Amino acid sequence: MLRYLIRRVLYAIPILIGVNVLTFTLFFIVNSPDDMARMQLGVKRVTPEAIDNWKRERGYDRPLLWNGSAQGIDRVRDTIFFTHSLRLFKFDFGTAESDGRDIGHEIRTRMWPSLSIALPVFIVGLATYVTFALLMALFRATFLDFAGVLVCVTAMAISTMFYIIGGQFLVCKLWNLAPISGFAPGIGAWRFILLPVGVGLVAGFGESSRWYRTIFLEEINKDYVRTARAKGLSEGRVLVHHVLRNALIPILTGVVVVIPGLFLGSLVTESFFGIPGLGSYTIDAIGSQDFAVVRSMVFLGSLLYIVGLILTDISYTLVDPRIRFE
Amino acid sequence: MRVLVFVTASLLLAASGGCSSPWNDPYPAADRAGNTLYSAFVERPKHLDPVQSYSSNEITFTAQIYTPPLQYHYLKRPYTLIPQAAVDVPVPWFEDAQGRRLPEDTPQADVAFSVYEIHLRPGMRYQPHPAFAIAADGKPRYLELTAAGLSGVYQLRDFRETGTRTVTAADFAYQIKRLAHPRLHSPIFGLMSEYIVGLKEYSGTLKKANAALAAQGRGDAWLDLRRYPLTGVEVVDDATYRIRLKGKYPQFVYWLAMPFFAPLPVEADRFYAEPGLVSRNITLDWYPVGAGPYMLTVNDPNRQMVLERNPNFAGETYPGEGEAEDAADGLLEDAGKPIPFIDRAVYSLEKESIPYWNKFLQGYYDASGISSDAFDQAIQFGSGGQVMLTDDMREKGISLKTAVSPSTFYMGFNMLDGVVGGDTERARKLRRAISIAVDYEEFISIFSNGRGIAAQGPLPPGIFGYRDGEAGINRYVYDWIDGAPQRKPIETAKLLLDEAGYAGGTDRGTGAPLLLYLDATARGPDDKSRLDWLRKQFNKLNINLVVRATDYNRFQEKVIKGNAQIFYSGWNADYPDPENFLFLLHGPQSKVKSQGENASNWENAEFDRLFDRMKNMPNGDERQEIIDRMTEITRREAPWLWGLNPKEYGLSHVWMKNRKPNQIANNVLKYQRIDAAQRAALRDQWNGPVLWPLVVALMVLAVFGLVARGAWRRRERGKGRLDVDGTH
Repeated sequence: MLRYLIRRVLYAIPILIGVNVLTFTLFFIVNSPDDMARMQLGVKRVTPEAIDNWKRERGYDRPLLWNGSAQGIDRVRDTIFFTHSLRLFKFDFGTAESDGRDIGHEIRTRMWPSLSIALPVFIVGLATYVTFALLMALFRATFLDFAGVLVCVTAMAISTMFYIIGGQFLVCKLWNLAPISGFAPGIGAWRFILLPVGVGLVAGFGESSRWYRTIFLEEINKDYVRTARAKGLSEGRVLVHHVLRNALIPILTGVVVVIPGLFLGSLVTESFFGIPGLGSYTIDAIGSQDFAVVRSMVFLGSLLYIVGLILTDISYTLVDPRIRFE
Repeated sequence: MRVLVFVTASLLLAASGGCSSPWNDPYPAADRAGNTLYSAFVERPKHLDPVQSYSSNEITFTAQIYTPPLQYHYLKRPYTLIPQAAVDVPVPWFEDAQGRRLPEDTPQADVAFSVYEIHLRPGMRYQPHPAFAIAADGKPRYLELTAAGLSGVYQLRDFRETGTRTVTAADFAYQIKRLAHPRLHSPIFGLMSEYIVGLKEYSGTLKKANAALAAQGRGDAWLDLRRYPLTGVEVVDDATYRIRLKGKYPQFVYWLAMPFFAPLPVEADRFYAEPGLVSRNITLDWYPVGAGPYMLTVNDPNRQMVLERNPNFAGETYPGEGEAEDAADGLLEDAGKPIPFIDRAVYSLEKESIPYWNKFLQGYYDASGISSDAFDQAIQFGSGGQVMLTDDMREKGISLKTAVSPSTFYMGFNMLDGVVGGDTERARKLRRAISIAVDYEEFISIFSNGRGIAAQGPLPPGIFGYRDGEAGINRYVYDWIDGAPQRKPIETAKLLLDEAGYAGGTDRGTGAPLLLYLDATARGPDDKSRLDWLRKQFNKLNINLVVRATDYNRFQEKVIKGNAQIFYSGWNADYPDPENFLFLLHGPQSKVKSQGENASNWENAEFDRLFDRMKNMPNGDERQEIIDRMTEITRREAPWLWGLNPKEYGLSHVWMKNRKPNQIANNVLKYQRIDAAQRAALRDQWNGPVLWPLVVALMVLAVFGLVARGAWRRRERGKGRLDVDGTH
């Protein structure tokens, strides 16, 4: 297993370099260092000297990827890419261009509010959707199953935005049961996360429940299930002990990979509910042409995705003894 | 079922008084009756360092914290400068090149220097701050901090000890020096270096000093500006300093009302340069140090910013005079009372307009603007077209205040363009024809809910030189009919177009249809409808308008290089002086030639000559006459399609006192007052929890559970029967 993990980690390095180069190229196709300087310095009374100073101070007066005027290795080293992007591999995120804040500190601070929403939605959601899907599978081809599918399809057809605005209108404005938006540190946060968590659960209900139902129905007609029934096991026991366990592989494929990325948050939910999480960090950075934040968040996102994939592979071996790392 | 009963009973108990504040109250219950203002900010501030901060979302905070020498009178209109940190509004004296004093009426050309001597109020002290903390040995407590000393320090308040000291003239001088600091980027350095004697050279000196530090590997070390004198600023004594400017620059006093010229203690500059603080986000940009009525105690721009009363504030009193209607509006009831009235101001980040509006209606924000989504809910128009609040708003006791902003949003013609630009009669008539065809009254009605007025020239209302009524209309676009400006009929525009050689929208010379290009940063559906509307306006003249939608960067690039043909732009006043708008059309400020703010690149010798005279004159009949002539030239030449001056609509709750729109001053928090008891009572009244949906939801869940359980049992039993019958 260790050899397998080392191999996967080594595979990750070229992937991360590739992601870095791609991010760098895409960013600078759209924004030049002059554009960045103008954006950070404001729209009023920006002089060419101020732009030049800004670039010089932050090292954006260098060539992008190749320094033709330098000698030897400095042709690569004395470039924006080398000085700004490669430091990410040391987890040195640096400071934001827009407000000078330490990016690492910002991530560490903002991940907790994001997690406070994403984690309950993930855990409670997984339990709810799997349970509901199992119930639909239990009552398959009956009125209850049909009603369940109808509910799922209806839920899928409605936009998340509708759930958010509708939830805020009904729960917070009409019934006055929870604050519309806001956040509090510590235990006081529970009042603010109830509705976003509820909305998150409802928004994901239709799609996930239907997907799990499909997985369960695919399993439910297999020979081993028929054998279990033939042995006289109750339908509930068959579903939970046999169907669910054997359906875990496709479930884990979709679930485990998202776990590391949970703390990256959700843009729309956090914006509407005033959650000070990481959801809008990248989008805001793109809007303000803050390359330091963009590259850090893309790097982190790719890294977490790779971690998620590795965790998924590991989880396969836990639920299916036939799978080996070799 | 027992669980259901228990939960229901708990909910009812809580609703009947188990909680001390409404369930939807986003603030801690302990703050309920506090003398606290609740407001919101939409965009997180980037800079709170007074030398860098220039955005409207930043000045909301910095204006309450810093004390520049001057400020604007809260109630008087037109906007009037009064002292803040200074004893009086300084009147400059003039000197020739040898430093000899000149009479006040000396012509501008003979004045080499203007000298502003500023006398400070006694007794001003800084807010409590660790930079002033003194150790037992008499040295600064937090200096040369070690890693151990910074252990456990994550925010400014983690420094337990604080101190204060009296504001001195040297602090003001130090801040002016910081305008040229090589590691800071003051947006006004370029402008000020043109006027403050020696500031440009000072920048060079500091750059060298900074480079020397960097060469020693100490690029982040503190740069002590006291070691480098600035010739244009002289500290006379602890309470007096002088600023020497090149020539005359009467608008300089307006800059003295901005935080750029507020005092900055050298201790703070030194403290924030301590190694290890920047990586903890403890910087002056984040934790300002001032002597104003408030100090920033919580800076979490992702969630909340909190201002609290500065215990060391020197004190001020509420103004006793204002406009004629101010007394009737109750704005003079607190005359002479010490300010500030409010103890705390809590600003929450609210990115979306819907939650912002709903929280205002629930009483959790004390004041609000009106978004387009909520406009019909808040505002209705009377039979005579007058603006009124809706019945729902009036029942809640909400009041409405409106004011025209000293801002202008215009459509610029690039005067370097071969079709719409240039000093030819043909282009001039084309521009005028378009000016008539684009119906900005309709635009304001459709897209701004009537919140604005069609601009008649470069100056917005409230700025000296603006003329109201018939004398103020643009006669190239409007007629004065029945006591109101009436846009000229489209036939007039068509006639002008014909005279320009584009009869029916076709170039008489080439026979080709006239095609014009608008460069715009279109972002969403709202922009699309606006641009569609604009195309229709041009279509009235059979002109095809091609919209070249682009991103912000490319748009800026096109304007800078003069590649845009027609474009949208705007300007918010820095200060209430006509120079601050007319310079946008001043030839030497051309964007292409000098990277200035004249985005149309318009040059007119007569206008430029009049501008140079006007900018240094005091307000009066002579200045008005010159402005009238300048305005007439701009209307005749039409380098802009004048666009609109927006009107701000502000709502506030009944418990908010002393609110008067002030579009120029920002340090208005200290004048406002709150009846916290009334607010708490009304919040309770408006926000009682409605519990039946919870009960219904629980019952539905219970019913669902029972049905599922029953079905499960039936199924299990049914399976057994089938097995027994052998039919499975």
